[in-house]
Amino acid sequence: MTFDWLQRYWPLLIDGGLQTIALLVISVSSGFVLAIGLAFAMVSGGPVLKGLARGYSTVFRGTPLLIQLWLFYYGIGSLLPLVPGLRQSFLWPLLREGFFFAALSFTLNYAAYEAEVLRGALLSVPRGELEAGQALGMNRFTLIRRVWLPRAIRTALPTIAGEVVLQLKATPLAFTVTVMDLYAVAYKIRQDTLLVYEPLIVVTLFYVALTALITRAFGIVEAQVPIRR
Amino acid sequence: MATGSMTAWQLLALQPPGWGGALLTGAATTVAISLSAYWIGLGIGLLGALGKLSGSRVVGLLLNLYTSVIRAVPELILIVGLYYAGTDGLNRLLMALGLPPVEVNGFVAAVAVLGFVQGAYMTEVLRGAILSIPVGQIEAARSFGMSPMLLFRRVTLPAMLPNALPGMANLWMSVTKDSALVAVVGYQELALTTRLAGANTKQYFLFFLAAAVLYLAITLLSNLVFNWLERRVRRGQKPMASGGGA
Repeated sequence: MTFDWLQRYWPLLIDGGLQTIALLVISVSSGFVLAIGLAFAMVSGGPVLKGLARGYSTVFRGTPLLIQLWLFYYGIGSLLPLVPGLRQSFLWPLLREGFFFAALSFTLNYAAYEAEVLRGALLSVPRGELEAGQALGMNRFTLIRRVWLPRAIRTALPTIAGEVVLQLKATPLAFTVTVMDLYAVAYKIRQDTLLVYEPLIVVTLFYVALTALITRAFGIVEAQVPIRR
Repeated sequence: MATGSMTAWQLLALQPPGWGGALLTGAATTVAISLSAYWIGLGIGLLGALGKLSGSRVVGLLLNLYTSVIRAVPELILIVGLYYAGTDGLNRLLMALGLPPVEVNGFVAAVAVLGFVQGAYMTEVLRGAILSIPVGQIEAARSFGMSPMLLFRRVTLPAMLPNALPGMANLWMSVTKDSALVAVVGYQELALTTRLAGANTKQYFLFFLAAAVLYLAITLLSNLVFNWLERRVRRGQKPMASGGGA
């Protein structure tokens, strides 16, 4: 085992780590917003909305993330140049990047899983609390914002922590669409130095540390939740 | 190739200028890899769960290390790392024994790696399910003088299955999807076949959509099977007011 390559490659490793964290933060935060919409559509939408949200969640949970990523990057990516005017638009530099497609597919995938979690949590909020809100004259939106959603998120917190860790463990797939994330850096180091295990071990330690950090952060947030035990 | 003029149906045709046959073969390979890995995972999981519950400290520590490391590391890294470490280690072992190195079959390597990963998750699922059996039932069986094997077959297994099945179903869904990751180490299952088809015809969108449909079909069919299984293993229980997993 040799680790002297570390001093040459550490700037790359840090860049890769930042890319991984960026992918995680983007997909979890925007996926969560999308999931809230989907979960409400499943719980209180009309038949059409409900069917659409269910179908979305089934499709994205029923197919591998790798296929979704490749469908977006290769499939949609190869169709985009056919859209007239897009090549000249200011969006083009973004749409050329693998990072954009990785972030997009991770977001959509995360939203599908998170929506199911939130759906269960929304259904578990006691009816009486919602009725109490209504009795106080809250309109639908205020009720959701002040009572229904916060209560649901609190119950779902441990599951959300698990989902975020799963999402972190899915990010290395981005390397297959040319994103220089942490795993891609390890791959490059292997090609340069012909060391197979050392880069993988270093990168693994980073993922494990990040997992511990996420678990810890969620633990702190959960401890803030005011509930009587 | 003059694929630019082919219609979607011609591209997906079963005969060679179309790629439908290749995709179906890929899907069959995916199912074969998943099934084999799942069985290995079940075996490891059962041994792991019994080991963790055996009360031996050394065994417990080792198994805890196994399950926590495997579950903390991204699947892609595990698959790539174990794929190289496994084939490399095997050849070094053979060399030490004075035997010629072998080219490890991609299918066997993929199955072994996925099975090893599945085993860690399965250990936890089965351990939880066994723990949820009321201890009196096992004590009752012991007091009848059942041998450990008989006790396992007559009491532990049927009593834990209803609790284990939802977790086992989730793991089956995840192995069918994780099997796509072996495409990254170059084994030709559904995901890699699709990529090849796309690269050859430049019809990436069509082929990835077709692959997604195939994966979805596998998932939905498996759902039916697991729902049926769950109804079957719960046939002695009172009906509960809960729907199966979607």
